[in-house]
Amino acid sequence: MSLLRIAKRQEPLGVGGSCCVLAAALALSLTLAGVFLALGGTSPLSALSVLLHGAFGSRHALEDCVLKAIPIYLCALGVAVAFRLKIWNIGAEGQFALGAIGATWAALTFPELPKIALLPLMAAMAMAAGGLWGLVPAILRQRLRTNEIIVTLMMNYIAVLLLDYLVYGAWKDPTSFGFPMTPLFSDSAIIGRIGGTTINWGLAHCLVLGLLVWAFFRFTRTGFAVLAGGDNVRAARYAGLPYDRLVFLVMAVSGALAGWAGFVEASATVNRLQPSIMVGYGYTAIVVAWLARLHPLAIGVAALLLAGLRVGVENLQLDLQVPAAFGGIIEGAILLTVLAGGFFTTYRFTRRRRP
Amino acid sequence: MRIVKAVLTLFLALWAGSAVAADKEFKVGFIYVSPVGDAGWSYSHDLGRQAIEALDGVTTSYVEAVPEGPDSERVMTNMARKDFDIVVATSFGYMDPMLKVAKQFPKTVFLHCSGFKTAENMGNFFGRMYQARYLSGMVAGAMTKSNTIGYVAAFPIPEVIRGINAFTLGVRAVNPKATVRVVWTKTWYDPATEKEAGKSLLDVGADVVAQHQDSPGPQEAAQEKGVYSIGYNSDMSAFAPKAHLTAPVWNWKVYYTKVIDEVRKGTWKAGAVWPGMAEGIVDLAPFGPMVPKELQDKVNAEKARIIAGEQKIFVGPIKDQSGAVKLAAGAVASDEELLGMTWFVDGVIGTTK
Repeated sequence: MSLLRIAKRQEPLGVGGSCCVLAAALALSLTLAGVFLALGGTSPLSALSVLLHGAFGSRHALEDCVLKAIPIYLCALGVAVAFRLKIWNIGAEGQFALGAIGATWAALTFPELPKIALLPLMAAMAMAAGGLWGLVPAILRQRLRTNEIIVTLMMNYIAVLLLDYLVYGAWKDPTSFGFPMTPLFSDSAIIGRIGGTTINWGLAHCLVLGLLVWAFFRFTRTGFAVLAGGDNVRAARYAGLPYDRLVFLVMAVSGALAGWAGFVEASATVNRLQPSIMVGYGYTAIVVAWLARLHPLAIGVAALLLAGLRVGVENLQLDLQVPAAFGGIIEGAILLTVLAGGFFTTYRFTRRRRP
Repeated sequence: MRIVKAVLTLFLALWAGSAVAADKEFKVGFIYVSPVGDAGWSYSHDLGRQAIEALDGVTTSYVEAVPEGPDSERVMTNMARKDFDIVVATSFGYMDPMLKVAKQFPKTVFLHCSGFKTAENMGNFFGRMYQARYLSGMVAGAMTKSNTIGYVAAFPIPEVIRGINAFTLGVRAVNPKATVRVVWTKTWYDPATEKEAGKSLLDVGADVVAQHQDSPGPQEAAQEKGVYSIGYNSDMSAFAPKAHLTAPVWNWKVYYTKVIDEVRKGTWKAGAVWPGMAEGIVDLAPFGPMVPKELQDKVNAEKARIIAGEQKIFVGPIKDQSGAVKLAAGAVASDEELLGMTWFVDGVIGTTK
């Protein structure tokens, strides 16, 4: 009897092999999606073409993708920092909300400041608010041994309610007929667009912050300590690494980055604070961070891919009347196949010899 | 990643040319905030869409479950670029994005439901649902035995507050002792939360539950407890046949057919329109078998008065919860006052926060 046997690879797959696995996983997920479409009576090939065309097929589509990828990227960059230390920050959504709140506070309190002073102030307030929101579960975890997954998740709800409280109450625009939204930001509180495109300068923030995070892990001692602590907590403690402080640091940085995303979204795309700013980027970020194996550059690619998928699915709905839920199905299938594909980078199948 | 890119480029090269060619059909695109299968708000609009799809020379399409804010702006822009003649957005939060897009595409007609802003090529429309709410309030007020009526409400915005007030005025018109207890769910479509909210009202003694959300959750709560309910959006009797007294319902078809006709003839003018029961855009769903004949007649008589323009509902004297007179005797509330309503009338138990 000849059976397949699972064996650990001597060395993990190289870059080329990993790419093959990734491509195969993507192909598999698209095939699965195609099967669902065919079951629903839509031709999979034309659907794929409409999807890709809507996501990446024109300059407008690409701009839309990049626009949508910006907040996802910043949130994902944030959660990836915490995930490196194996601290499971599920709270990017709440930290994003706090960032938007912090930035809005600055924008509404000092509308007269010139752009060059107001935007940095908004960014600083967003980072402070998001960072502190991230720090709370870190302190609870290290001092009271709470589970950070639960605490960060629960704090998301608190953050959204806080945002609601402000836009329904103190910050409500008196001219909005009672609808929940703050007044429009002054011009100096709005991040502008790049040249003749619809893309805002948040893209530049992504590049700089991504580079900083990469450099932090690549070149700094603390960055190395985070990686070491993530690999083995006990060994790290034994080696004298200040583990508690590392946890505080990564959660604060994680929250600050998600908060920055909230700042960019409030300032550049919504131009005010309103409840509909919360569309789940903080949760998408977790998927993106995992798809990208926490690497800053790969996070950029994965963020674009998921943003493209969401933009493309709208096109699919418009042209072929595919239900909105289909986007979620593809997204889930991609995550599942890519994560399952990760198995093949460290293991392989061999044929069991006859006894 | 390179391989991924290569594959993507290949797909693009294959299909970039096959983009859908523009035809001469009159194209109307709809944007919904929730899935059309929700039996509620988006479903009622989609019934309207299907009605105009059946017209000659009209094709329609829709994108469902579009979050309000930047995402909706992208969807609307996409529709305008694809040469849709009319873009219809059916949620309040689509207003500002639509205004932005309307400025970029002056040749496209934009129609926004439930807001207050207009532009040269952007009109807004809504229906006087409060008229039907008033009638459903009369039914609830007559059917309650505990004199406590529950109202599961979505968000404290003027549309919802206006509905609660009209409902309460209807309740009080037939039963001055009854009160309406309001619970906010802060959701438009969350069957579980809305059902729980309905149960919480039943627990404090309500024996009729009305609602302003898109899921039939509160209807189910009432049916399980063996009490009555008032639906919303569409006839929800299928979800709670024993509980469902009636429901204030939308009939968007009336407006959509009219506006498309106007746009095609070139007679359409941007502006705010607010048709009501007389035009047929709002109505009352058929009464359940438990509603006595006399009550049905009474409500229908009042309905005839609304259609004839004799019953304007928000007519003074109307007091707020604190007892202060908000509308002097004989005064009729202006549309501005109705659209910006942020206070509850006397008889409502709850806060507008």
